[in-house]
Amino acid sequence: MNSASEVKATSPLTYGLGLILAAGGLMGLFLVANARDGAIALHGYLFVAFCTLGVFWMIKRHYDGADPIAREEGGVLYNDGVVRAGCIASLFWGIVGFLAGLVIALQLAYPALNLDLPWTNFGRLRPVHTSAVIFAFGGNVLLATSFHVVQRTCKARLAGDWAPWFVFWGYQLFIVMAASGYVLGVTQSKEYAEPEWYVDLWLTIVWVVYLLVFLGTLMKRREPHIYVANWFYLAFIVTIAMLHIVNNLALPVSLTGAKSYQLFAGVQDALTQWWYGHNAVGFFLTAGFLGIMYYFVPKQANRPVYSYRLSIVHFWSLIFLYIWAGPHHLHYTALPDWAQTLGMTFSIMLWMPSWGGMINGLMTLSGAWDKLRTDPVLRMLAVSVAFYGMSTFEGPVMSIKAVNSLSHYTDWTVGHVHSGALGWVGFVSFGAIYYLVPKLWHRTRLYSVNLVSLHFWVATIGIVLYITAMWVSGILQGLMWRAYDSLGFLEFSFVETVEAMHPFYVIRALGGALYLLGALIMVYNCWRTIRGDLKEEKVAGLPAAAPQPAAAAQ
Amino acid sequence: MADNKEVDQISGVETTGHEWDGIKELNNPLPRWWLWTFYATCLWAFAYWIVMPAWPLISSHTAGVLGYSSREQLAKTVATAREAQSVYLNRIEDASLEEIVADSELLEFALAGGGSAFAVNCSQCHGRGAAGYVGYPNLNDDDWIWGGSLEAISHAIHFGIRSDHEETRFNEMPAYGRDELLTREEINDVAEYVLALSGSGEDAAAAARGEVTFAEQCSACHMENGEGNYELGAPNLSDAIWLYGGDKSAVVESITNSRAGMMPAWTGRLDEATIKQLAVYVHSLGGGE
Repeated sequence: MNSASEVKATSPLTYGLGLILAAGGLMGLFLVANARDGAIALHGYLFVAFCTLGVFWMIKRHYDGADPIAREEGGVLYNDGVVRAGCIASLFWGIVGFLAGLVIALQLAYPALNLDLPWTNFGRLRPVHTSAVIFAFGGNVLLATSFHVVQRTCKARLAGDWAPWFVFWGYQLFIVMAASGYVLGVTQSKEYAEPEWYVDLWLTIVWVVYLLVFLGTLMKRREPHIYVANWFYLAFIVTIAMLHIVNNLALPVSLTGAKSYQLFAGVQDALTQWWYGHNAVGFFLTAGFLGIMYYFVPKQANRPVYSYRLSIVHFWSLIFLYIWAGPHHLHYTALPDWAQTLGMTFSIMLWMPSWGGMINGLMTLSGAWDKLRTDPVLRMLAVSVAFYGMSTFEGPVMSIKAVNSLSHYTDWTVGHVHSGALGWVGFVSFGAIYYLVPKLWHRTRLYSVNLVSLHFWVATIGIVLYITAMWVSGILQGLMWRAYDSLGFLEFSFVETVEAMHPFYVIRALGGALYLLGALIMVYNCWRTIRGDLKEEKVAGLPAAAPQPAAAAQ
Repeated sequence: MADNKEVDQISGVETTGHEWDGIKELNNPLPRWWLWTFYATCLWAFAYWIVMPAWPLISSHTAGVLGYSSREQLAKTVATAREAQSVYLNRIEDASLEEIVADSELLEFALAGGGSAFAVNCSQCHGRGAAGYVGYPNLNDDDWIWGGSLEAISHAIHFGIRSDHEETRFNEMPAYGRDELLTREEINDVAEYVLALSGSGEDAAAAARGEVTFAEQCSACHMENGEGNYELGAPNLSDAIWLYGGDKSAVVESITNSRAGMMPAWTGRLDEATIKQLAVYVHSLGGGE
């Protein structure tokens, strides 16, 4: 069932997909012809191009056969092609997302950089940044690693032939439609859920196929048990589907126009939005990336996972408690007190379940601590877990109403998010990519281990600058907003608090620039690795030309 | 694969016997401190649910033994703050502007309150230091358009300038160029004359020609010698203080297309006591008459 013949089969399902693509192309043409606004016309064209290229791809694939550089491993021919594509897409979107972040950070420090153009103003570029880093970069890392991990830990080739590729390319189409829509001013104004109804529908289709591929692979596994990383990936896929569908329930004004209206209104809409928004953090950026951590940390450290029991208990407690925590985004608003209470108390109870992942990650290194000196990939993974621990402590603290009354709406929140995003999500992704690239392209090791080390230090300094600047500016901002004089009058005008932020915004942009620089170093290193180059170098702590840590991962 | 339990050499802990792609799992127990901290946070949450509003019921929610309500809390906080200020506010409401200025205690309060209200409501146009901007008057100097007495300032704040309030200050300067009331040459000459009033003109011959036109067209409002008129809201043109800039192109633009700045009416948006404090504050900035 895992032989090469499976790969080349042209089944009735394949013809079915061909027909669906043809129908999709016609639907795209219909959109173009009847479009009520420029954005949906552009997206119609994109859709036609996607379907046309898809049909050509299927024909080409039928004649060319399987992946030319695939090799059987332990009797299984894994589908590594889609994982390779996912790695490259992750690197590409990572640079796009970090660059967009740097641009908007500079816009906050120097507003003239908005350029007075609608397409380049902060309001439109900010969702480009958030969606590019979370969904484009993070999403591709999750696609690539989940497809890799589920195959290796199930000893089974990915379910489906075209389906994984449909998920990959369909997801890229979603990203391009979302980002181009933002720049053109199409948004439903829900944070982290900005794309309009038709883009949401497309993502739903892609996501259901993703779920089927993942489940199908689990079903045909040749291991008696399902590895913990796959629990986390599955929780991520299922929950994101639920969150995405409920939060995006909307009625389009017209089937050929971009505009729609939300099903919910007022505080119900706000609560649904933050139920979604917080669990996008919980299940996309936490559960999914814990799946990454549970595979790549033990592999890179070459040590067993610290505690099986802890992995079970913290998994179930995490997914049960996380889903309640959203209302802490709406403290001191029109949201009823009882809902605020639940949001806060569940966030506090979430502290230890979150830390279960940190303990299991860090303690897996016991017996391999010395490798942190010589293996910068492992160092990156270890530091990511440390940042995970820090931000999952900071989160519950900030959910306490008394703390929140100071921190809410300030840069402290931005700093908190970025210690999780840059430190945890970013570093664990970089570690996984550094592990995967030499393996997937059959290289003995990375082009340069020292460049990984350089990336690590440049990015770490960037993170430290970023989050300390935001802590200081956030607390300063919160204190200035609530400052009263002895006679009971407000001390500062709003613009004075904005003015006070300027130096911190400059420092933050500097931190972001360093982080982007680190990512560019990574792209260069990966590109040289893929080309098959090896840099002769002396790695600190290792004798020259000794087997490199990345090779140990084999 | 199952039940290949072995003891990990480094930690001395038994594995679970499972293995996936070379990854094994140790059978370590839950860390005690982890478990007890988790229990402690749960206990704290249960206790919090008992004292605070927490769980939804069919048509209400558990109220909690403290009977806390954030709406009541807010109302109380606001009431306390009002209470603390009410001594002064009541007196300010009853006092005339002159009485406020004469009473040092009330004056101190009005300056603090007026400054705060100014920062929130007025600084967007007039600037945080009230130094103004092109088209937005500087309130620190003694150059007033509609007058700088307490009464005049209070009127401007109440009803605005060219606002939608029926008692608003209102005037309209003709657009001499756009409406072809004067030729380009005449406008040039008048501009030279206006600049010469504050000693900055360059073309004395043009200014002399402009003086005639000025007397015919402009002096009705701006008065002879361009000294302005509070009653009509006609700015003083001879003091070298310019609302829209004092270079020649700005003056030509003013004559050609006219100017009509706008300020909203604040009565109804701010209460009477706040407007009084604002008037006292603005009056105190340096140019009060």
